Amino acid sequence: MLELKGLRKHFGGVAATNDVSLEVVAGEVHAVIGPNGAGKTTLIGQIAGSLAPDKGEIFFEGRRITALAAHERVHAGLARSYQIASIFRRFSVLDNLAAAVQARSGSSFSFWRPLAAERVLFDEARSLLAELGLSGKEAQLAGALSHGEQRALEVGLALATQPRLVLLDEPMAGMGPEESRRMLELIARVRSRVTVLLVEHDMDAVFRLADRISVLVDGRVIATGAPAAIRANAEVRKAYLGDEVAS
Amino acid sequence: MKKSLALLALFVVLPWALEAADSLFYVSFASRVMIYALAATSLNLVLGYGGMISFGHAAFVGTGAYVAGILVAEGTTSAWIAWPAGVAAAAAMAALIGALSLRTRGVYFIMITLAFAQMMFYLVNSMKAYGGDEGLTLAQRADPGFDLGNEVAFYQVVLFFLAGTLYGLHRLAHSRFGRAIAAIRENEERAESIGFPAQRFKLACFVIAGAAGGLAGVLLASHGKYVNPNILHWTQSGTLMIMVILGGVGRLWGGVLGAALLLGLEHVIADYPVGWLAALAPNYQQHAGLGVGIVLLTVVLFAPQGIAGLLARRDA
Repeated sequence: MLELKGLRKHFGGVAATNDVSLEVVAGEVHAVIGPNGAGKTTLIGQIAGSLAPDKGEIFFEGRRITALAAHERVHAGLARSYQIASIFRRFSVLDNLAAAVQARSGSSFSFWRPLAAERVLFDEARSLLAELGLSGKEAQLAGALSHGEQRALEVGLALATQPRLVLLDEPMAGMGPEESRRMLELIARVRSRVTVLLVEHDMDAVFRLADRISVLVDGRVIATGAPAAIRANAEVRKAYLGDEVAS
Repeated sequence: MKKSLALLALFVVLPWALEAADSLFYVSFASRVMIYALAATSLNLVLGYGGMISFGHAAFVGTGAYVAGILVAEGTTSAWIAWPAGVAAAAAMAALIGALSLRTRGVYFIMITLAFAQMMFYLVNSMKAYGGDEGLTLAQRADPGFDLGNEVAFYQVVLFFLAGTLYGLHRLAHSRFGRAIAAIRENEERAESIGFPAQRFKLACFVIAGAAGGLAGVLLASHGKYVNPNILHWTQSGTLMIMVILGGVGRLWGGVLGAALLLGLEHVIADYPVGWLAALAPNYQQHAGLGVGIVLLTVVLFAPQGIAGLLARRDA
């Protein structure tokens, strides 16, 4: 579904992404793990189109998307969430999701017809709201939500575009156990309809959700495989997992 | 909506009342305020709704004024030709300037829009065939098929365009397009990553605002039967910006309230001397800017949402 070929990105003298080749298969949850500074977010940025790779190619469903703008990739079926909640803070929760639904459905170069009359748009936003566990908060300003709720909305914005592949950048970062559990449930639920590329530090969640795991160290993929194989991989243990898994 | 219609009715009747009271000067003054209200409202679309800090809005007002003015001076006196031509030219200018300056952001955007407007200011200053730095004097107002020389008729035409623009802005703000530019203003990167082509929306917003600014320009040229190159000067862009800030950034009535307050204040200071102040500072009336500055400071400090924000808060 998604194929990265020899992706490279340098910042000054530092290679944040160093010859990354990776394949995400339709229907899987593919986790990318690695220590801080391994280049995970940089990789997401290049796949989503907010960063241009210096070298290499990106194919999505067989189509070369390396040169497409971020908004064009969304329309091709590829959406992302951000590590630090990037939402429309001064919109209501419902308007956040409705905006994402609107961006996907039909032209927004419509200057006269009232948006409020488009029931379909808000109905869809409402049903997503329930799925995110944000029912009852629809009129609240997004900026006033709790941290965990903002993260849920953040993921919801990506899902509202109805992607076929969603890139989730540390959806559980900074969450308490209860919030993490809810996010885990959400991802487990949506995986039946969307392929997921998951960047995450929470190893518990990664090993529970992922069909396959790629390990990124210093901008390179050092291993890709099933969770059990990754757990057993000596190089991975040495470079990253260390005691956490050994114990 | 009911309130707005009542207000509109009041303003339709106003010039006849003023005429009856023998204050034709105030009919003309009201027209001028409304033209500036239109210009400030158009800037508010870019600044408040679109979140683009354009410091060159005078370029579009000026383009409209000069194109319509030159057409009238050259004998194409029909308002049905001169005015749409002025508006179209302003829109085209906005498309050009917007396409180039929207590649930049922040302070660079402010500076590049300012630079474009200043380039146009120097261009018209050197157009000797059309008055150069002395400005372009017109023999008559543009002719829509009825006598626009009549102050009341001219007032009604301006009111028609202002009301139409405000209603259009109201519709736009609540449309799909309005939501898209609000999303882009709030969080441009996020707007892109849910699928909005931000640049295209911003450019469209910039062009619509430029066209509306051009409309103010063509009316301004007819109002005074004169076009001064100073309407392209950067201080004019600044004046429009002050009007928007005074009235309320991103508020429907912001431009109208700001223009009325600023021009009203200037008029009162210049034409109604205060005895004790004159005794203290004999030529204070030539420095209306000081009074305006004090009011601006007060508004920015105590009513950051502008007069419109203040009124809305009282309503709620």
